[in-house]
Amino acid sequence: MPPPEPLLEVRGLRCGYGRIEAVKGVDLEVREGEIAALVGANGAGKTTLLRAISGVLPIRAGSIRFAGEPIEGLRPHERVAHGIVQVPEGRQLFAPLSVEDNLRLGAFRRGRERTEANLARVFALFPQLAERRDVPAGALSGGQQQMCAIGRALMAGPRLLLLDEPSMGLAPTLVEQILATVARLRGEGVTVLLVEQNAVAALSLADRGWVLETGRIAHAGSGRALLDDPAVKAAYLGL
Amino acid sequence: MVELVQLLFAGLTTGAVYALVALGFTLIFQASEVVNFAQGEFVMLGGMVTVFAMKAGLPLPLAALLAVLVAVATGLLLHRLAIEPAKGATVVTLIIVTIGASILIRGLAQIVFDKQFHALPAFTGDEPIRLLGAAILPQSLWVLGGAAAIVLGLWLFMERTLLGKAVRATAANRLAAELVGIDTRVVLALAFAVSAAIGAVGGILVTPITLTSYAVGTLLALKGFAAAMLGGIGNPVGAVVGGLLLGLLESFAAGWISSTYKDGVAFLVILLVLFALPQGLLGRRAVERV
Repeated sequence: MPPPEPLLEVRGLRCGYGRIEAVKGVDLEVREGEIAALVGANGAGKTTLLRAISGVLPIRAGSIRFAGEPIEGLRPHERVAHGIVQVPEGRQLFAPLSVEDNLRLGAFRRGRERTEANLARVFALFPQLAERRDVPAGALSGGQQQMCAIGRALMAGPRLLLLDEPSMGLAPTLVEQILATVARLRGEGVTVLLVEQNAVAALSLADRGWVLETGRIAHAGSGRALLDDPAVKAAYLGL
Repeated sequence: MVELVQLLFAGLTTGAVYALVALGFTLIFQASEVVNFAQGEFVMLGGMVTVFAMKAGLPLPLAALLAVLVAVATGLLLHRLAIEPAKGATVVTLIIVTIGASILIRGLAQIVFDKQFHALPAFTGDEPIRLLGAAILPQSLWVLGGAAAIVLGLWLFMERTLLGKAVRATAANRLAAELVGIDTRVVLALAFAVSAAIGAVGGILVTPITLTSYAVGTLLALKGFAAAMLGGIGNPVGAVVGGLLLGLLESFAAGWISSTYKDGVAFLVILLVLFALPQGLLGRRAVERV
């Protein structure tokens, strides 16, 4: 039997800002039910790549297919409707709006009943958010903000969750908690593409991974293989 | 005392119109960081279209409805043809675009309508109401009541509906709004449509008191902008407070100093605010932890 078609398939992708081309021809595939990790140094083009997949940054060349269909021509809100949902770097919450409003807006494209069910699910996943549902999201602690950002993305009912640096700026125990949540989401059938500077943590969790270096993929393989690769170890894992 | 009440009501009435213009500024500014200097033209269209539709035989309510629709269509066209193509331009460029649009709208109005001043009949007669010895025009109450109803309706929309919250979310963080699936282009078009409708209603309500012509928009835009600056640009409550305050300042300056300087008050206010209080009276006090 041939392997199933990848959920996300990126081919020859180029994009950037102004004269700077931050992503210089990237190929990658993510299969349904996987956790895939994209690691690399600051400025390697990881965030740029996620922005292109979400459609908030136009691409210059290449193709992006999702569930077998080309999506380069779709606007960001249409990609969300297809199930591609991103938790952006730095949380990007709607700071003056309440936690609950942030979550409900996550389900902007969903029906009312689904919204209530998803809200209950997110509050079960992050009980701290339920306690602080009426607080402006900007007043949450860093860890709670990250939970709120992930919760907001889950409200959309994603098929593919793009997570950009979820551990950034968090205390080690919180990082563990967030990554445990990511593992748990895979158990619930959500496919995850995780971008991290914390390469060891990300690759330990991942079924497959890539190391991005100045806009190009330098190493690819299973999470385990990358962790064991001497070149990757020396350059990125500090081992 | 009589004079005080008289000036107070006159000030609140013009202030209510400034508040509506300022609210239009605020709504568009929040959703897009665009300062729309064509805001005054919506007020002009409200009055002028109503005047000419009534001359063509339509009853007042229908004429007023038509005027609001024309203003909304103008607002949507302004967004689609001038603002959307200039996406990503600097704030100054966008301001120049809106000033250009306002000159164009004014020019078209001059051709389609005429250069005369026009009045509308007061909605419920001209018999003044006596209050503490002062004479209050019934139309003043229409202006104040209409403005209050708009402010309340807008507040309910922004605070209680998911679409209203999507507008606030877009204002708070445009990138995040796109990532949760909000079509920010539609939100911005909605902001222009609602701003245009608010301005047009203001123009319809106040025309029986102040008269209207193709050219009234410019001064109203500047005064509405002064009111928005005074209240703190980007803050809807500030827009209303700033508008009423500016109307009162003008009214008392005209009554106690000289009506010659009435129009100067708004510009004095802009200068003072820019020098002494750039964030306005109720400027942003963001609750944010990074």
